[in-house]
Amino acid sequence: MLSAQILQNLKDIVGAANVSNSSTDRITHSFDATQQQFLPEVVVHADTSEQVRRIVSLANAEKIPILPRGAGSGFTGGSLPIKGGIVLVLTRMNRILEIDTDNLIAVVEPGVITGRLQREVERLGLFYPPDPASKDFCTLGGNVAECAGGPRCVKYGVTRDYVLGLTVVTPTGEIIHTGGRTMKNVVGYDLTRLFVGSEGTLGIVTQIILRLLPKPEARKTMLVAFETIDGAAQAVSAIIRGKIIPTTLEFMDESAIDCVRQATPLDLPPACRAVLIIEVDGDQEVLDGQVRRILAIIQPLGVLETRVATTNAESEAIWQVRRSISPSLRRLNPDKFNEDIVVPRSKVPDMIRALEAISIRYGVPIINFGHAGDGNIHVNVMVDLKESGMEEKVQQALNDLFRTTVALGGSVSGEHGIGTAKAPYIGMELDRATLTTMQTIKKALDPNNIMNPGKIFLDTAPETCTPSQPS
Amino acid sequence: MALQKSLEEYGPQIAQCVRCGACQAHCPVYLETWREGSVARGKIALAAALLEGKIDLEERLLQELSLCLLCGSCVTKCPNQVPTDAIVAALRRRITADQGLSAIGKGVAALTSSPNLLRGLLKSAEMLSPLLFRKIPATSGLQLRFSPDSLKGRTLPPIPDRHLFARIPEFLEGEADKPVVGFFAGCAITYLYPEVGEALVRLLQTFGYPVFIPRSQGCCGMPALSSGNGPLLDKLATANLNAFADRKVSHILTACASCHGALTGHYAATGNNRFDTGIVDIHVFLKQEGIIDRLAALPKWPQRQRVTYHDPCHLRTQGITGEPRALLRALPQVEFVEMEDAGLCCGLGGTFTAAHPDLSRAIGDRKLAGLRNSNATVIATACPGCVMQLQDIINRAGLPIKAIHTLELVQQALTEQP
Repeated sequence: MLSAQILQNLKDIVGAANVSNSSTDRITHSFDATQQQFLPEVVVHADTSEQVRRIVSLANAEKIPILPRGAGSGFTGGSLPIKGGIVLVLTRMNRILEIDTDNLIAVVEPGVITGRLQREVERLGLFYPPDPASKDFCTLGGNVAECAGGPRCVKYGVTRDYVLGLTVVTPTGEIIHTGGRTMKNVVGYDLTRLFVGSEGTLGIVTQIILRLLPKPEARKTMLVAFETIDGAAQAVSAIIRGKIIPTTLEFMDESAIDCVRQATPLDLPPACRAVLIIEVDGDQEVLDGQVRRILAIIQPLGVLETRVATTNAESEAIWQVRRSISPSLRRLNPDKFNEDIVVPRSKVPDMIRALEAISIRYGVPIINFGHAGDGNIHVNVMVDLKESGMEEKVQQALNDLFRTTVALGGSVSGEHGIGTAKAPYIGMELDRATLTTMQTIKKALDPNNIMNPGKIFLDTAPETCTPSQPS
Repeated sequence: MALQKSLEEYGPQIAQCVRCGACQAHCPVYLETWREGSVARGKIALAAALLEGKIDLEERLLQELSLCLLCGSCVTKCPNQVPTDAIVAALRRRITADQGLSAIGKGVAALTSSPNLLRGLLKSAEMLSPLLFRKIPATSGLQLRFSPDSLKGRTLPPIPDRHLFARIPEFLEGEADKPVVGFFAGCAITYLYPEVGEALVRLLQTFGYPVFIPRSQGCCGMPALSSGNGPLLDKLATANLNAFADRKVSHILTACASCHGALTGHYAATGNNRFDTGIVDIHVFLKQEGIIDRLAALPKWPQRQRVTYHDPCHLRTQGITGEPRALLRALPQVEFVEMEDAGLCCGLGGTFTAAHPDLSRAIGDRKLAGLRNSNATVIATACPGCVMQLQDIINRAGLPIKAIHTLELVQQALTEQP
C-alpha cells in the first residue's frame, strides 16, 4: 500500500481530483485489450510535462512502479500495472500544439487520438500515414511507445518513420529532448529511435514532433479473389517486383474467408481460397494506369475475379469485408490468441502452409489475415480454454508458430509489441548478447526499475519492484 | 413481478466485452472526461467486479455510473454488441434497490408517476420558476430536469396554456380504407410542445388516417429507467400497454426519439416486445406510406430556408437516420444541408442534465462548430428533448438559429404559402 504521505504528495502535484485510490478507479485502470487484469495502487491523471516530471521523480525516490497509460487499447499488456504502483493517465494531455504547413510537421501531446490528428492535418491537405486498426481511439503516445503500424505501412512505413523528435521524462525525473524539427539531424545518439517502441519502459513521452506528407490526391481500392493462397502470395511478390508499391496489400486466407462466410453472406466465387485487397494512391491521372498494370501482372496467377471500386461506397464495401473478420472470429471459440508475426514478404506462403500444419497438428482453428505487403500476418488461434488440456495445446502451438517464424527470418511481433504477452518468446529471436545490451540500456536509464517494470524482459531486476497480486 | 432483467441476467453479455476500447471513440461523456470509468468498457469492468463481489457500491462507483447518457452510441459501435445501456440501467436498479432512489430519482418518481401533478404544475408555469425552487424540498419532483442548477441561464420553451390532450379529441375519424393509427405522445410533446403533437395529428388527418390518442397513456418510462427505478418502469410499461389495448391500431407512432427508444428497447428487456403493434417513428411511417413522396411533389417555394438536421441518439442508434433527412429534402420550403457531427449527442440525456449540468453543456457545445459551418438558419430534429437542448446551446453561443421539430416544418409546408 502506498502511504498517506505519498498520496498527499501526488495530490499536491496534480490536485486531489486527479488522484484516486478508490476500488472503482483501480478496477477501471486495471486492464487493456489483452483482457488481463492487474490492480494499480493509485490512478493519477496528469496534464503537463512538469507534472509528469514531478510524479516520476517521486516514484523514483520512493521506488514505486509507474507506467503511462493512453487509450489502454494495446494487445500485449504494455499498459497493465503488473507490479501495482501508479498508473499515470495521459488522455487529457491531448492538445495538437502546432501544425506547421511550411515545414510539414506537427507537434502534439501524447494523448492526442491518432484519427483526430489525421483528420486535422487532412483538412490542410496534409497526411499522417500510420493507421493502426484502433486509430479512432488509440493515442499517439501509445503509437510511439509500441511503434504502431497498420495497413498503409507497405508504402509509408511505421510510426518510427514519422517521429522526428520527442520530449521524454526519464525514469530518474529528467526532462530530455531528442531529435528536433528537421529531417536531417545527426547530433549525438539517435535517442528518438530508442524511445519509439520502448513500450513505456524507458521513460514517459510528453511531447511528439511528427513528420507529415502531402495528402495523396486520390486512391483506388480493388478486391481480387484467388484460387490458391500460393497464387495470392505470388501476386504480392509480382506486384512489388513490378516496381509498384501499393498503399495497402491485405490478404485473407481460406480460414478467414470461411470464418466471414459463416457470419455474413460473402459475394465471392465458391472456389475462392484467398483474397487480396489492394489499394493504390497518388495523383488521379496515374491511378488508373497503376490499377491496369497490377491487374495485368497478377492475371496469370489464378485470379478468379477482380472487383475495382469506382466510388467511395464501393471502396468502403471492400474494406468492410476485411473489417468483418475480427468480429466474426468469436463465433468459432471464445478465447483468442492474437499474434502479429512478420516474415520476409517472399516467405508468406511458407508461413501460411506452416500455420495450416500447426492447426492440424494440435487440432486448433487458426485464422490468418493481415498485411501481406509487408509480411505481417495476424494469426488468430481460436480456442475454448475451458476444454481440458487446451492451455497446454495452445502453448505448444504458439511455440511452434514462433519457432517457425524466426526460422524463416521473421519476428515474433511486427507491430503489437512484446509487453507481457510475448515476453516468453523474445529469447527465441534475440541472442543473449543482444538481449543483454538492451537490458544494460534499461538499467542505465532506470536504475530502480520503476518504469513499466516486468515488460519486454522477463527478468529485469525484479527484486527492486514491489510485487502486487493480480486481481 | 419485475419485468426488467437483473444485473446477474446480463452476466453473459458482460462477459462478451473484450476491453478493446472501441467505445472510447463514441462515448459523449468520455470525450469530455477522458476517464476510463466514464466509458462503456470501464462500466462493464465495474459490473463484472460487482458480480464477482470484488467491489461494493462505493461512492466513486455511484459517480461513474451516473455518468452515462444511455444514448446507446457505444452499443452500436461495439464489435460484440455488448448492451452497455441496458447493463448501466440494471446497475442503477441494483443501486436503487440497495440504497433507495437518489434525489433526482425521487423527483422522477413523483413527476412521471402522476400525470395530474405534471399537468397542474406546467399549466401554472410554476415548475419553471426559479423562485419556486427555493421553497420546495430537494426531493420534490420539480427537481427533475429543471433543478435550479440546470435551469440557470437555460433557454426553456414558453409554457403552453393548454396541453395536447386539451387540444385534440381522443379519437379522430379518417377515410374508410385507411387503418387506425395510434399516437404515443410522451410528456415533452404533451405538455411542453403540444404544437408538435398537433402537427402530427393534422398531418395524419390530411392524408386520411384515423388517429387514436388514448388519454390513459403516461410517461414512456425513460426517466424511470435512467434513475434506476425498476418498479416505476414496470408500472408505466403496464399502464401504456393497457392504454393501447382498447382499440385495434395498425401502428403506434412516436415523434419523440427517447419515447421510441424506451418503447422499442427497454420495455422488452426480458426478451418479448409485448406491444401487439409495432412502435414506429413518424418519419419511418411517412416513408413507408409514401407520404414523403407526396410532400416532395408540392411546388417548391421560391425562397427556401437553409435547414440542417441533428440525429437524436435514440433514433440514430436504431439506424433511423435516412428517413428524417428524406422528409426534410422533400419539403418545398426547405433547402437541406448536412452538418458535420450531426450524429453527436446534444448532451441532454434526460436526467443526466439535471445531475451533471456543466458536463451536459460541454457535450452539447461540441455541436457548435458543425452548426456554424453549415450556415443553416434552422436545425430540425426528431426529439423534443433535443429541440430544447439545441436551442439552449444556440442561444448561449448567440447564434441566429432556430431549433425545431421536423414536424413543425411539415406543418408549415402544409399550411403556409410561399
